[in-house]
Amino acid sequence: MNFQIYFDSVPIPAEPGQSVGAALTAAGITAWRTTRREGRPRGLFCGIGICFDCLLTVDSLPGQRACLVRAAPGMKLQTDGGDDEL
Amino acid sequence: MSSDVSVAQLAIVGAGPAGLSAAVSAGLAGVRSVLIDAGARPGGQFWRHSPDAKTGDPKLTDLLQTFESLVAGEVVTYLSGKQVWLIQNPATGGFILQLNNSGTVAEPAPHRVIRAERLLLCPGGYDRQLPVPGWQLPGVMAAGGLQAMLKEHQVRPGTRILLGGTGPFLLPVATALAAAGASVVGICEANTVAGWWRGCREVLSAREILAGKVIEAGGYLAKLAKYRIPYYQGAVITRITGDTHATTATIGRPDGSTIRTVEIDTVGMGWGFTPSMELVLAVGARTRVDVDGSLVAVVNGRQASTVPGVWVAGEATGVGGADKACCEGQLAGLAVAVDLGIKVDAALAVRLQRKIRSWRGFGAALHRAYPVPSNWKDRLTPQTVICRCEEVTYSAVQDAQGELGADSPRLIKLVTRAGMGWCQGRLCGFAVAGLCGNSSVVDHADLAAMSARPLAFPVTLGEIADSSE
Amino acid sequence: MPTSDVIIIGAGMIGAACAYFLSVQGFSVQVVDRGGVAGGTSSAGEGNILLSDKEPGPELDLALYSQKVWRGDLAEFAPLYEFENKGGLVVAAGQSSALALTRLAELQKSQGIRSESIAYDDLPRLEPRLTRAAISGVFYPDDAQVQPMLAVTHLLRLARQHGAKVTTYQPVVGFAAATAGARDVLTTSGRFSAPIVINAAGPWSGQVAELAGGYLPVLPRRGFVMVTEPQPGMVRHKVYAAEYVSDVASSDAALQASPVVEGTPAGPILIGSTRERVGFDRTNSLPALRALAANAIALFPALEQLRAIRSYSGFRPYCPDHLPVIGEDPLVPGLWHVSGHEGAGIGLAAGTGKLVAQVIAGGVPDLDLTPFAAHRFRRAA
Repeated sequence: MNFQIYFDSVPIPAEPGQSVGAALTAAGITAWRTTRREGRPRGLFCGIGICFDCLLTVDSLPGQRACLVRAAPGMKLQTDGGDDEL
Repeated sequence: MSSDVSVAQLAIVGAGPAGLSAAVSAGLAGVRSVLIDAGARPGGQFWRHSPDAKTGDPKLTDLLQTFESLVAGEVVTYLSGKQVWLIQNPATGGFILQLNNSGTVAEPAPHRVIRAERLLLCPGGYDRQLPVPGWQLPGVMAAGGLQAMLKEHQVRPGTRILLGGTGPFLLPVATALAAAGASVVGICEANTVAGWWRGCREVLSAREILAGKVIEAGGYLAKLAKYRIPYYQGAVITRITGDTHATTATIGRPDGSTIRTVEIDTVGMGWGFTPSMELVLAVGARTRVDVDGSLVAVVNGRQASTVPGVWVAGEATGVGGADKACCEGQLAGLAVAVDLGIKVDAALAVRLQRKIRSWRGFGAALHRAYPVPSNWKDRLTPQTVICRCEEVTYSAVQDAQGELGADSPRLIKLVTRAGMGWCQGRLCGFAVAGLCGNSSVVDHADLAAMSARPLAFPVTLGEIADSSE
Repeated sequence: MPTSDVIIIGAGMIGAACAYFLSVQGFSVQVVDRGGVAGGTSSAGEGNILLSDKEPGPELDLALYSQKVWRGDLAEFAPLYEFENKGGLVVAAGQSSALALTRLAELQKSQGIRSESIAYDDLPRLEPRLTRAAISGVFYPDDAQVQPMLAVTHLLRLARQHGAKVTTYQPVVGFAAATAGARDVLTTSGRFSAPIVINAAGPWSGQVAELAGGYLPVLPRRGFVMVTEPQPGMVRHKVYAAEYVSDVASSDAALQASPVVEGTPAGPILIGSTRERVGFDRTNSLPALRALAANAIALFPALEQLRAIRSYSGFRPYCPDHLPVIGEDPLVPGLWHVSGHEGAGIGLAAGTGKLVAQVIAGGVPDLDLTPFAAHRFRRAA
């Protein structure tokens, strides 16, 4: 039942019902966002949708909470471009 | 647009122990309700579970069985993966709830607006946090977040884990992590088990609760021994270091002296819980400051808030755990039925009220036994991040307090941006209020101001523009 | 015994500017507020220092003077409160509003306001994400902005350095005539006494005037502001639609919404503006938020996918003729009303504070204050 999702094009295994944050953690990836002021790495913190620290882009939709979004086969994750200069 | 609007006798927000109990209790009495929850599955933070694994808690299994039959019978409409970003209570009566997707459900139901005659708020809460140097590093998480990763997502969040904070919640997190194969290098409990025991004895009216809790605590302590987890009492995590990830943590005494420094890859922290109060405040219900310093709703003996048509149950009436939440939810469900003119089992209501009193007493005793140490600020350095979202440091807060005369959390927020970011002060609100602790002006109004969020959750401008009533 | 030369009721932007200029002049100043610093209108706006939205008249004269003070007397403090010379772009969606806009810009030019007409093809150069439905615009290089709460707290800090005292969380509950030439201001926990009392209580200044036995017809006009997730660079200036000017000058009680969209140094985009006369009603309003969102998307279509993370509301202090009041109450000698700046209080504060200090020192003010006199209003019989 396991499937793959992609983090910046790298395949990562995931299980049904698992959050993308959990799948990334299981793959040893614990940071995927860079803060806009200090440029510091961030990943999961509260783990339950409260802190918004774990934001990333899911299938081109920026600013999604990695701790909440459920992994789906073929899902494409990217470090969040939401704070980049346009 | 009108196809998006659903009408209900009762809207229940939150499907944790309180909301689930309420939906079942009201449903069995014949009240039709809509239950809205941000999670993918009912159970809330307490009864997190994966799709196939049951939690093993027979109480949840029972509740879910009845709940599912009520959903099948269309007595309860269950909306998962939805969050309420705005509530209106128009002068014409009733409540209008604006919903958007939380992200937990791939294709959630299309509901966007719920109109309900009555409203039951069971928003639950989340781990309360105190800033500590290095807590912004990846690898540092809320204790509840580590638990969610294990229970709901089947992932062990790290291999060498240190837990710190206060309260009995750290124990099940530690033993669950150890059972999953992690090496838990320690639990830093700022208070002591002796304090807990003293606190428990205060609540003699809650003897039956006490017996159960002592057995539960004994079980955890036995497991700590089994997994060889060091339990540091009267100890705190004083510092976390690392470059791009947490690699070491220092265990120390509250006075600043160091006990030891440990190599870790993960840290979990929790200082009790903070109830989610934005919806309670949005409807204009009166609030108060509880024993633990949390803002909570004022409710009467039937869980009714000060706003007609609004009931509140669970952590939002006072942090007290799942058993209290279940009783309150069940009672609130009955109260709504009574409000609709339905006859209910009055003896059951009285029994629930008695239990709720006991649980509240027990909760208050716990809060007194596991206070946030008043000297937590002593561990902060000028560079310590206070507000994670806006990266506001302790020195920036001190400058605001000193030369700018910012004498309230509100003003600290306005001049430093602490609490203005993505989480809207959910994480730093308690700490910022605490940093004003020496001032006499920190009061209920300030806490309420820091907890009010006219937009309860982020919502796209497109969703706002398309909203309907 | 007087406790100071001047008592200022209200620790908002206007009170802070008055406190600064008076204390610099050597007056001893006592500021008192029923709540915290910047607890009212000052923390509920966007920090505008605008020229573009003013039609020729006394308010424009005050705005021009105030700009000079912000950029002159206060220049050295500009970085402390994020003074940003961001420039304003006013855009028109139709031929008639384009014409009206050009006409206003010409009138303003005769008063000394710099502006530049922007043709359709040049709009993307200024604002790449602006809707292509806008047919033309006028750019005002001197429209500026400050972080208003920082402006208030820093001006009060500077005033304190010159000896001013700031007392917060003490509501004024009454007035009393004290010794000859002085007036007592009674608060819930104290008593201050001074020959001059300045009423800078913003939308609540009418109530303060009444407590003193005076009269000031200042009323609240509610406004909402919405703040998005950080998105640096998406909106580069203060951008608004030409209809904004007519809404500002209108006296309609119903909800009016005209889009004002701007980026901030901190990253989030601020979205205004709404105007309603609903008293001091703080209830959240979905119709207001919906209007803000729809208008902002109309101006910047890319905003549709951006999330709002918070909103706030506040009350603009306005007079029936939409002009500020800067003058002594004809019924209560020694009581000066400095209020009614409506939605322009941050921008007008610097000039107002300096002018108030000049007249209280007995000098001739740089700008004729006659149009702002308090005695232009009469209590209805």
